[in-house]
Amino acid sequence: MRNSENPALFSEQSSGTLRLIGYLAIAAALMAVDHRSDVLAGIQRRIAGLAGPAYWLATAPVRLGRAGRDAVAERAGLVRENAELRKQLLLAQAGISQIDSMSEENNRLRALLEARNRLSLHAQLAGLLEVDLDPYRHRLLIDQGSEQGVRRGQAVMDAHGLVGQVLEPLANRAEVIMITDPGHAIPVRVARNGLRAIAYGTGEVDRLELPHIPFSADIVVGDQLLTSGLGGHFPGGIPVAEIREVRGDDSATFAIAEATPLAGLTRGNQVLLLSYQKEPALPPSEAAASAQASPVPAEAAAATTAEAPQ
Amino acid sequence: MSRVREGGWLFWISLALGLVLTVVAVPEVWRPYRPFWLGLLVIWWALETPDRIGLGMAFTLGLTQDILIGTLLGEHAFRLVAIAFILLRFRARLRFFPMWQQALAVLAILLNDRVLTLAIRSIAGDIAIDWQFWMAPVVGAVLWPWLFLMLDDLRRRNRPREA
Repeated sequence: MRNSENPALFSEQSSGTLRLIGYLAIAAALMAVDHRSDVLAGIQRRIAGLAGPAYWLATAPVRLGRAGRDAVAERAGLVRENAELRKQLLLAQAGISQIDSMSEENNRLRALLEARNRLSLHAQLAGLLEVDLDPYRHRLLIDQGSEQGVRRGQAVMDAHGLVGQVLEPLANRAEVIMITDPGHAIPVRVARNGLRAIAYGTGEVDRLELPHIPFSADIVVGDQLLTSGLGGHFPGGIPVAEIREVRGDDSATFAIAEATPLAGLTRGNQVLLLSYQKEPALPPSEAAASAQASPVPAEAAAATTAEAPQ
Repeated sequence: MSRVREGGWLFWISLALGLVLTVVAVPEVWRPYRPFWLGLLVIWWALETPDRIGLGMAFTLGLTQDILIGTLLGEHAFRLVAIAFILLRFRARLRFFPMWQQALAVLAILLNDRVLTLAIRSIAGDIAIDWQFWMAPVVGAVLWPWLFLMLDDLRRRNRPREA
Protein backbone atom coordinates (compact mmCIF):
# COMPACT_ATOMS: atom_id res chain seq x y z
CA MET A 1 0.00 0.00 0.00
CA ARG A 2 2.55 2.47 1.13
CA ASN A 3 5.00 1.14 -1.40
CA SER A 4 2.62 1.73 -4.26
CA GLU A 5 1.85 5.30 -3.18
CA ASN A 6 5.23 6.57 -2.20
CA PRO A 7 7.14 6.20 -5.45
CA ALA A 8 4.58 8.23 -7.38
CA LEU A 9 4.61 11.01 -4.80
CA PHE A 10 8.35 10.92 -4.61
CA SER A 11 8.94 10.94 -8.35
CA GLU A 12 6.58 13.87 -8.84
CA GLN A 13 8.35 15.86 -6.15
CA SER A 14 11.78 14.97 -7.34
CA SER A 15 10.95 15.95 -10.90
CA GLY A 16 9.74 19.32 -9.62
CA THR A 17 12.89 19.75 -7.59
CA LEU A 18 15.00 18.57 -10.50
CA ARG A 19 13.40 21.15 -12.76
CA LEU A 20 14.02 23.81 -10.10
CA ILE A 21 17.67 22.82 -9.86
CA GLY A 22 17.87 22.78 -13.63
CA TYR A 23 16.49 26.29 -14.04
CA LEU A 24 18.56 27.67 -11.16
CA ALA A 25 21.65 26.10 -12.68
CA ILE A 26 20.91 27.68 -16.07
CA ALA A 27 20.36 31.07 -14.41
CA ALA A 28 23.56 30.73 -12.40
CA ALA A 29 25.51 29.71 -15.51
CA LEU A 30 24.11 32.69 -17.42
CA MET A 31 25.14 35.03 -14.61
CA ALA A 32 28.61 33.53 -14.44
CA VAL A 33 29.12 33.85 -18.20
CA ASP A 34 27.67 37.37 -18.24
CA HIS A 35 29.91 38.35 -15.34
CA ARG A 36 33.10 36.86 -16.70
CA SER A 37 32.90 37.50 -20.42
CA ASP A 38 31.35 39.70 -23.05
CA VAL A 39 29.84 36.84 -25.04
CA LEU A 40 26.31 37.55 -23.83
CA ALA A 41 26.66 41.32 -23.94
CA GLY A 42 26.29 41.35 -27.73
CA ILE A 43 23.12 39.28 -27.62
CA GLN A 44 21.80 41.31 -24.74
CA ARG A 45 22.56 44.52 -26.60
CA ARG A 46 20.51 43.36 -29.54
CA ILE A 47 17.52 42.27 -27.47
CA ALA A 48 17.66 45.35 -25.27
CA GLY A 49 16.29 47.41 -28.15
CA LEU A 50 12.96 45.76 -27.41
CA ALA A 51 12.88 47.46 -24.02
CA GLY A 52 12.27 50.77 -25.78
CA PRO A 53 8.45 50.62 -25.62
CA ALA A 54 8.55 49.82 -21.90
CA TYR A 55 10.80 52.83 -21.27
CA TRP A 56 8.58 54.95 -23.47
CA LEU A 57 5.50 53.97 -21.46
CA ALA A 58 7.29 54.39 -18.17
CA THR A 59 8.44 57.90 -19.03
CA ALA A 60 5.03 58.92 -20.37
CA PRO A 61 3.82 60.40 -17.03
CA VAL A 62 6.95 62.55 -16.77
CA ARG A 63 6.60 63.77 -20.35
CA LEU A 64 2.90 64.45 -19.86
CA GLY A 65 3.58 66.40 -16.69
CA ARG A 66 6.26 68.44 -18.39
CA ALA A 67 4.09 69.15 -21.42
CA GLY A 68 1.25 70.19 -19.11
CA ARG A 69 3.51 72.50 -17.15
CA ASP A 70 4.84 74.06 -20.34
CA ALA A 71 1.31 74.60 -21.60
CA VAL A 72 0.05 76.36 -18.51
CA ALA A 73 3.25 78.13 -17.50
CA GLU A 74 2.55 81.78 -16.98
CA ARG A 75 3.91 84.33 -19.37
CA ALA A 76 5.52 86.23 -16.54
CA GLY A 77 7.30 83.11 -15.40
CA LEU A 78 8.61 82.47 -18.88
CA VAL A 79 9.80 86.05 -19.25
CA ARG A 80 11.62 85.81 -15.94
CA GLU A 81 13.19 82.51 -16.93
CA ASN A 82 14.18 83.98 -20.29
CA ALA A 83 15.90 86.93 -18.61
CA GLU A 84 17.69 84.61 -16.20
CA LEU A 85 18.89 82.39 -19.03
CA ARG A 86 20.09 85.42 -21.01
CA LYS A 87 22.14 86.51 -18.05
CA GLN A 88 23.66 83.06 -17.68
CA LEU A 89 24.39 82.93 -21.39
CA LEU A 90 26.18 86.29 -21.23
CA LEU A 91 28.30 85.13 -18.32
CA ALA A 92 29.07 81.86 -20.05
CA GLN A 93 30.01 83.65 -23.27
CA ALA A 94 32.31 85.93 -21.36
CA GLY A 95 33.98 82.82 -19.97
CA ILE A 96 34.17 81.22 -23.39
CA SER A 97 35.79 84.23 -25.03
CA GLN A 98 38.47 84.11 -22.36
CA ILE A 99 38.97 80.40 -22.99
CA ASP A 100 39.08 81.05 -26.73
CA SER A 101 41.95 83.45 -26.39
CA MET A 102 43.73 80.99 -24.13
CA SER A 103 43.26 78.08 -26.49
CA GLU A 104 44.50 80.23 -29.36
CA GLU A 105 47.59 80.97 -27.37
CA ASN A 106 47.86 77.31 -26.51
CA ASN A 107 47.58 76.42 -30.21
CA ARG A 108 50.39 78.82 -31.09
CA LEU A 109 52.62 77.40 -28.39
CA ARG A 110 51.84 73.87 -29.52
CA ALA A 111 52.62 74.79 -33.11
CA LEU A 112 55.95 76.17 -31.90
CA LEU A 113 56.62 72.89 -30.16
CA GLU A 114 55.50 71.07 -33.30
CA ALA A 115 53.10 68.94 -31.33
CA ARG A 116 51.87 66.32 -33.72
CA ASN A 117 48.63 64.68 -32.78
CA ARG A 118 46.77 67.21 -30.80
CA LEU A 119 43.75 65.83 -29.00
CA SER A 120 40.69 67.97 -28.86
CA LEU A 121 37.92 67.52 -26.38
CA HIS A 122 34.58 66.80 -27.95
CA ALA A 123 31.33 67.10 -26.03
CA GLN A 124 28.02 65.58 -26.96
CA LEU A 125 24.74 66.44 -25.29
CA ALA A 126 22.58 63.57 -24.09
CA GLY A 127 19.27 63.46 -22.29
CA LEU A 128 18.67 61.30 -19.26
CA LEU A 129 15.91 58.73 -19.64
CA GLU A 130 13.66 59.22 -16.66
CA VAL A 131 13.48 55.58 -15.75
CA ASP A 132 14.52 54.01 -12.48
CA LEU A 133 16.87 51.14 -12.51
CA ASP A 134 17.66 49.37 -9.26
CA PRO A 135 18.33 51.89 -6.45
CA TYR A 136 21.23 49.79 -5.16
CA ARG A 137 23.04 49.93 -8.46
CA HIS A 138 24.05 53.46 -9.32
CA ARG A 139 23.28 53.46 -13.00
CA LEU A 140 21.62 55.87 -15.40
CA LEU A 141 20.25 55.50 -18.89
CA ILE A 142 20.93 58.17 -21.48
CA ASP A 143 19.19 58.59 -24.81
CA GLN A 144 22.32 58.40 -26.98
CA GLY A 145 23.86 55.13 -28.02
CA SER A 146 26.48 53.55 -30.23
CA GLU A 147 24.60 54.73 -33.33
CA GLN A 148 25.22 58.29 -32.14
CA GLY A 149 28.87 57.50 -31.57
CA VAL A 150 28.81 56.80 -27.85
CA ARG A 151 31.63 54.53 -26.77
CA ARG A 152 32.39 52.58 -23.67
CA GLY A 153 34.37 54.49 -21.05
CA GLN A 154 33.41 58.00 -22.14
CA ALA A 155 33.24 60.50 -19.29
CA VAL A 156 29.77 61.81 -18.46
CA MET A 157 29.36 65.16 -16.73
CA ASP A 158 26.68 67.71 -15.97
CA ALA A 159 26.98 71.44 -15.44
CA HIS A 160 28.55 71.01 -11.99
CA GLY A 161 30.88 68.10 -12.30
CA LEU A 162 31.57 64.51 -13.24
CA VAL A 163 28.60 62.14 -13.18
CA GLY A 164 30.23 58.89 -14.23
CA GLN A 165 31.25 57.00 -17.34
CA VAL A 166 29.57 55.06 -20.11
CA LEU A 167 29.41 51.41 -19.16
CA GLU A 168 27.41 49.79 -21.91
CA PRO A 169 26.46 51.55 -25.14
CA LEU A 170 23.37 50.02 -26.77
CA ALA A 171 22.06 51.02 -30.20
CA ASN A 172 20.12 54.12 -29.17
CA ARG A 173 20.75 54.18 -25.44
CA ALA A 174 23.65 53.77 -23.11
CA GLU A 175 24.03 52.68 -19.54
CA VAL A 176 26.13 54.99 -17.38
CA ILE A 177 27.81 53.94 -14.15
CA MET A 178 27.86 56.78 -11.64
CA ILE A 179 30.93 57.69 -9.61
CA THR A 180 28.97 56.80 -6.46
CA ASP A 181 28.51 53.15 -7.47
CA PRO A 182 30.31 50.96 -4.93
CA GLY A 183 32.19 49.31 -7.79
CA HIS A 184 33.55 52.55 -9.22
CA ALA A 185 36.85 54.28 -8.56
CA ILE A 186 38.37 57.32 -10.19
CA PRO A 187 41.82 58.93 -10.00
CA VAL A 188 41.56 62.51 -8.74
CA ARG A 189 43.84 65.34 -7.70
CA VAL A 190 43.33 68.14 -5.24
CA ALA A 191 42.86 71.37 -7.19
CA ARG A 192 44.84 73.44 -4.68
CA ASN A 193 48.10 71.47 -4.68
CA GLY A 194 47.85 68.61 -7.16
CA LEU A 195 47.90 65.90 -4.50
CA ARG A 196 46.78 62.64 -6.09
CA ALA A 197 44.28 60.17 -4.68
CA ILE A 198 41.61 57.73 -5.75
CA ALA A 199 37.94 58.41 -5.03
CA TYR A 200 35.82 55.33 -4.49
CA GLY A 201 32.03 55.19 -4.76
CA THR A 202 30.26 54.18 -1.58
CA GLY A 203 26.77 53.31 -2.75
CA GLU A 204 25.47 56.52 -1.20
CA VAL A 205 24.41 59.21 -3.59
CA ASP A 206 26.14 62.04 -1.69
CA ARG A 207 29.42 60.45 -0.56
CA LEU A 208 32.75 59.42 -2.08
CA GLU A 209 35.61 57.98 -0.09
CA LEU A 210 39.35 58.56 -0.50
CA PRO A 211 41.14 55.97 1.62
CA HIS A 212 44.88 55.50 2.22
CA ILE A 213 45.92 59.12 2.34
CA PRO A 214 49.14 59.67 4.30
CA PHE A 215 48.61 61.79 7.42
CA SER A 216 51.31 64.12 6.19
CA ALA A 217 49.37 64.87 3.00
CA ASP A 218 48.01 68.37 2.66
CA ILE A 219 44.28 67.83 2.26
CA VAL A 220 41.67 69.80 4.17
CA VAL A 221 37.92 70.18 4.35
CA GLY A 222 36.66 72.28 1.44
CA ASP A 223 39.33 71.16 -1.05
CA GLN A 224 38.05 70.67 -4.59
CA LEU A 225 38.84 67.39 -6.32
CA LEU A 226 39.40 67.29 -10.08
CA THR A 227 39.93 64.35 -12.38
CA SER A 228 43.66 63.83 -12.68
CA GLY A 229 43.56 62.47 -16.22
CA LEU A 230 45.76 59.57 -15.15
CA GLY A 231 44.76 56.28 -16.66
CA GLY A 232 43.64 58.02 -19.83
CA HIS A 233 39.95 57.31 -19.37
CA PHE A 234 38.91 60.75 -18.25
CA PRO A 235 40.08 64.10 -19.49
CA GLY A 236 41.90 65.88 -16.67
CA GLY A 237 40.53 68.84 -14.78
CA ILE A 238 36.84 67.98 -14.55
CA PRO A 239 35.45 68.90 -11.11
CA VAL A 240 34.47 65.77 -9.19
CA ALA A 241 33.80 66.44 -5.53
CA GLU A 242 34.51 68.57 -2.51
CA ILE A 243 36.18 67.25 0.64
CA ARG A 244 33.84 67.37 3.61
CA GLU A 245 35.67 65.34 6.23
CA VAL A 246 39.17 64.01 6.90
CA ARG A 247 39.69 61.46 9.66
CA GLY A 248 41.99 58.62 10.64
CA ASP A 249 41.08 55.15 9.39
CA ASP A 250 40.66 52.11 11.65
CA SER A 251 44.30 51.15 11.58
CA ALA A 252 45.29 54.77 12.38
CA THR A 253 48.09 54.61 9.82
CA PHE A 254 46.30 56.42 7.03
CA ALA A 255 43.69 59.12 6.78
CA ILE A 256 40.36 58.70 5.03
CA ALA A 257 38.73 61.65 3.36
CA GLU A 258 35.06 61.85 2.56
CA ALA A 259 33.84 63.99 -0.30
CA THR A 260 30.53 65.23 -1.64
CA PRO A 261 30.10 64.82 -5.40
CA LEU A 262 29.55 68.14 -7.18
CA ALA A 263 27.33 66.82 -9.97
CA GLY A 264 23.61 66.67 -9.32
CA LEU A 265 23.64 62.90 -9.15
CA THR A 266 20.03 62.46 -8.15
CA ARG A 267 18.35 63.48 -11.37
CA GLY A 268 19.25 66.14 -13.84
CA ASN A 269 17.84 66.53 -17.29
CA GLN A 270 20.82 66.54 -19.56
CA VAL A 271 24.42 65.47 -19.40
CA LEU A 272 27.52 65.95 -21.53
CA LEU A 273 29.47 63.05 -22.96
CA LEU A 274 33.16 63.89 -23.32
CA SER A 275 35.56 62.26 -25.69
CA TYR A 276 38.95 62.95 -27.15
CA GLN A 277 39.07 63.25 -30.88
CA LYS A 278 42.11 63.17 -33.07
CA GLU A 279 40.85 65.85 -35.47
CA PRO A 280 40.66 69.50 -34.38
CA ALA A 281 37.37 70.91 -33.20
CA LEU A 282 35.27 72.08 -36.13
CA PRO A 283 31.92 73.84 -36.19
CA PRO A 284 29.13 71.26 -35.69
CA SER A 285 28.12 71.00 -39.33
CA GLU A 286 31.65 70.47 -40.57
CA ALA A 287 32.36 68.10 -37.72
CA ALA A 288 29.35 66.03 -38.73
CA ALA A 289 30.52 66.04 -42.32
CA SER A 290 34.07 65.01 -41.46
CA ALA A 291 32.74 62.28 -39.20
CA GLN A 292 31.15 60.74 -42.29
CA ALA A 293 34.33 60.99 -44.30
CA SER A 294 37.45 58.97 -43.62
CA PRO A 295 39.47 60.09 -40.60
CA VAL A 296 41.88 62.95 -41.23
CA PRO A 297 45.56 61.96 -41.00
CA ALA A 298 47.22 63.26 -37.86
CA GLU A 299 49.69 65.47 -39.75
CA ALA A 300 46.95 67.15 -41.75
CA ALA A 301 44.96 67.69 -38.57
CA ALA A 302 47.94 69.25 -36.84
CA ALA A 303 48.56 71.47 -39.87
CA THR A 304 45.02 72.85 -39.94
CA THR A 305 45.22 73.48 -36.21
CA ALA A 306 48.44 75.40 -36.64
CA GLU A 307 47.00 77.50 -39.44
CA ALA A 308 43.68 78.19 -37.81
CA PRO A 309 44.75 81.07 -35.54
CA GLN A 310 46.24 83.08 -38.40
CA MET B 1 -11.23 25.24 -24.18
CA SER B 2 -12.35 27.95 -21.79
CA ARG B 3 -9.61 26.87 -19.43
CA VAL B 4 -6.92 27.76 -21.92
CA ARG B 5 -8.32 31.19 -22.63
CA GLU B 6 -8.96 32.01 -19.01
CA GLY B 7 -7.42 35.31 -18.06
CA GLY B 8 -5.67 35.45 -21.42
CA TRP B 9 -5.25 39.15 -22.01
CA LEU B 10 -5.29 39.98 -18.30
CA PHE B 11 -2.26 37.75 -17.84
CA TRP B 12 -0.15 39.53 -20.45
CA ILE B 13 -1.39 43.01 -19.64
CA SER B 14 -0.71 42.58 -15.95
CA LEU B 15 2.83 41.42 -16.68
CA ALA B 16 3.47 44.25 -19.15
CA LEU B 17 2.17 46.74 -16.60
CA GLY B 18 4.36 45.12 -13.96
CA LEU B 19 7.41 45.65 -16.15
CA VAL B 20 6.52 49.30 -16.74
CA LEU B 21 5.95 49.85 -13.01
CA THR B 22 9.38 48.36 -12.45
CA VAL B 23 11.12 51.20 -14.28
CA VAL B 24 8.71 54.11 -13.91
CA ALA B 25 10.44 57.10 -12.33
CA VAL B 26 9.45 57.96 -8.77
CA PRO B 27 10.74 60.66 -6.40
CA GLU B 28 14.18 59.92 -5.03
CA VAL B 29 13.01 59.10 -1.48
CA TRP B 30 10.57 56.44 -2.69
CA ARG B 31 13.06 54.57 -4.82
CA PRO B 32 14.18 51.97 -2.27
CA TYR B 33 10.55 51.15 -1.41
CA ARG B 34 9.54 50.02 -4.87
CA PRO B 35 8.06 46.54 -4.49
CA PHE B 36 9.19 43.63 -6.65
CA TRP B 37 6.20 43.95 -9.00
CA LEU B 38 7.02 40.96 -11.16
CA GLY B 39 7.52 38.87 -8.03
CA LEU B 40 4.08 39.84 -6.73
CA LEU B 41 2.48 39.07 -10.09
CA VAL B 42 4.19 35.70 -10.33
CA ILE B 43 2.92 34.90 -6.84
CA TRP B 44 -0.63 35.85 -7.78
CA TRP B 45 -0.72 34.00 -11.08
CA ALA B 46 0.89 30.93 -9.57
CA LEU B 47 -1.78 30.95 -6.84
CA GLU B 48 -4.66 31.36 -9.25
CA THR B 49 -3.70 29.51 -12.40
CA PRO B 50 -0.64 27.36 -11.80
CA ASP B 51 -0.80 26.03 -15.36
CA ARG B 52 0.05 29.52 -16.64
CA ILE B 53 3.05 30.17 -14.42
CA GLY B 54 5.51 27.34 -14.40
CA LEU B 55 9.20 27.55 -13.65
CA GLY B 56 9.86 28.13 -17.35
CA MET B 57 7.55 31.16 -17.50
CA ALA B 58 9.10 32.58 -14.32
CA PHE B 59 12.55 32.12 -15.86
CA THR B 60 11.57 33.92 -19.07
CA LEU B 61 9.98 36.80 -17.16
CA GLY B 62 13.12 37.11 -15.08
CA LEU B 63 15.29 37.33 -18.18
CA THR B 64 12.97 40.05 -19.49
CA GLN B 65 13.46 42.12 -16.38
CA ASP B 66 17.22 41.53 -16.47
CA ILE B 67 17.34 42.97 -19.96
CA LEU B 68 15.00 45.82 -19.06
CA ILE B 69 16.97 47.13 -16.10
CA GLY B 70 20.38 45.86 -17.13
CA THR B 71 21.14 43.57 -14.22
CA LEU B 72 23.38 40.55 -14.62
CA LEU B 73 21.62 38.29 -17.13
CA GLY B 74 19.96 35.58 -15.05
CA GLU B 75 19.68 37.39 -11.72
CA HIS B 76 15.96 38.03 -11.84
CA ALA B 77 15.42 34.73 -13.62
CA PHE B 78 17.03 32.99 -10.64
CA ARG B 79 14.93 34.95 -8.15
CA LEU B 80 11.62 34.47 -9.95
CA VAL B 81 12.20 30.76 -10.46
CA ALA B 82 12.81 30.47 -6.71
CA ILE B 83 9.59 32.37 -5.96
CA ALA B 84 7.56 30.33 -8.43
CA PHE B 85 8.90 27.09 -6.98
CA ILE B 86 7.99 28.03 -3.39
CA LEU B 87 4.54 29.09 -4.54
CA LEU B 88 3.81 25.95 -6.55
CA ARG B 89 5.03 23.78 -3.68
CA PHE B 90 2.88 25.45 -1.03
CA ARG B 91 0.06 26.57 -3.27
CA ALA B 92 -2.60 24.28 -1.76
CA ARG B 93 -1.95 25.69 1.67
CA LEU B 94 -1.52 29.37 0.70
CA ARG B 95 -4.71 29.44 -1.32
CA PHE B 96 -6.92 28.91 1.70
CA PHE B 97 -5.07 31.15 4.11
CA PRO B 98 -7.00 34.18 5.37
CA MET B 99 -5.81 37.36 3.74
CA TRP B 100 -3.54 38.55 6.55
CA GLN B 101 -1.77 35.20 6.73
CA GLN B 102 -1.37 35.25 2.98
CA ALA B 103 0.18 38.72 3.22
CA LEU B 104 2.59 37.43 5.87
CA ALA B 105 3.52 34.51 3.62
CA VAL B 106 4.14 36.98 0.78
CA LEU B 107 6.34 39.00 3.13
CA ALA B 108 8.36 35.88 3.96
CA ILE B 109 8.73 34.98 0.28
CA LEU B 110 9.82 38.50 -0.65
CA LEU B 111 12.28 38.70 2.25
CA ASN B 112 13.74 35.40 1.11
CA ASP B 113 14.03 36.96 -2.34
CA ARG B 114 15.95 39.90 -0.84
CA VAL B 115 18.38 37.49 0.82
CA LEU B 116 18.88 35.78 -2.54
CA THR B 117 19.47 39.16 -4.20
CA LEU B 118 22.03 40.11 -1.59
CA ALA B 119 23.79 36.76 -2.00
CA ILE B 120 23.89 36.99 -5.80
CA ARG B 121 25.10 40.59 -5.84
CA SER B 122 27.76 40.13 -3.23
CA ILE B 123 29.14 37.20 -5.20
CA ALA B 124 29.05 39.18 -8.45
CA GLY B 125 30.61 42.35 -7.11
CA ASP B 126 30.32 45.19 -4.67
CA ILE B 127 27.03 46.12 -3.16
CA ALA B 128 26.30 48.62 -0.42
CA ILE B 129 22.91 48.28 1.25
CA ASP B 130 21.17 50.06 4.08
CA TRP B 131 18.12 49.26 6.21
CA GLN B 132 15.83 50.46 3.43
CA PHE B 133 16.95 47.49 1.37
CA TRP B 134 14.69 45.35 3.55
CA MET B 135 11.67 47.66 3.29
CA ALA B 136 10.61 46.81 -0.27
CA PRO B 137 9.25 43.37 0.83
CA VAL B 138 7.20 45.09 3.55
CA VAL B 139 5.70 47.44 0.97
CA GLY B 140 5.01 44.44 -1.25
CA ALA B 141 3.23 42.58 1.57
CA VAL B 142 1.16 45.66 2.45
CA LEU B 143 0.15 46.04 -1.19
CA TRP B 144 -0.61 42.35 -1.55
CA PRO B 145 -4.26 42.31 -0.36
CA TRP B 146 -5.15 45.20 -2.68
CA LEU B 147 -3.38 43.65 -5.63
CA PHE B 148 -5.04 40.33 -4.87
CA LEU B 149 -8.54 41.79 -4.67
CA MET B 150 -8.06 43.95 -7.75
CA LEU B 151 -6.75 41.16 -9.97
CA ASP B 152 -9.36 38.77 -8.59
CA ASP B 153 -12.10 41.21 -9.45
CA LEU B 154 -10.76 41.90 -12.94
CA ARG B 155 -10.45 38.22 -13.61
CA ARG B 156 -13.95 37.43 -12.40
CA ARG B 157 -15.45 40.13 -14.60
CA ASN B 158 -13.75 38.82 -17.68
CA ARG B 159 -14.50 35.20 -17.14
CA PRO B 160 -17.22 34.06 -19.55
CA ARG B 161 -20.36 33.14 -17.68
CA GLU B 162 -20.60 29.39 -17.79
CA ALA B 163 -23.30 28.36 -15.33
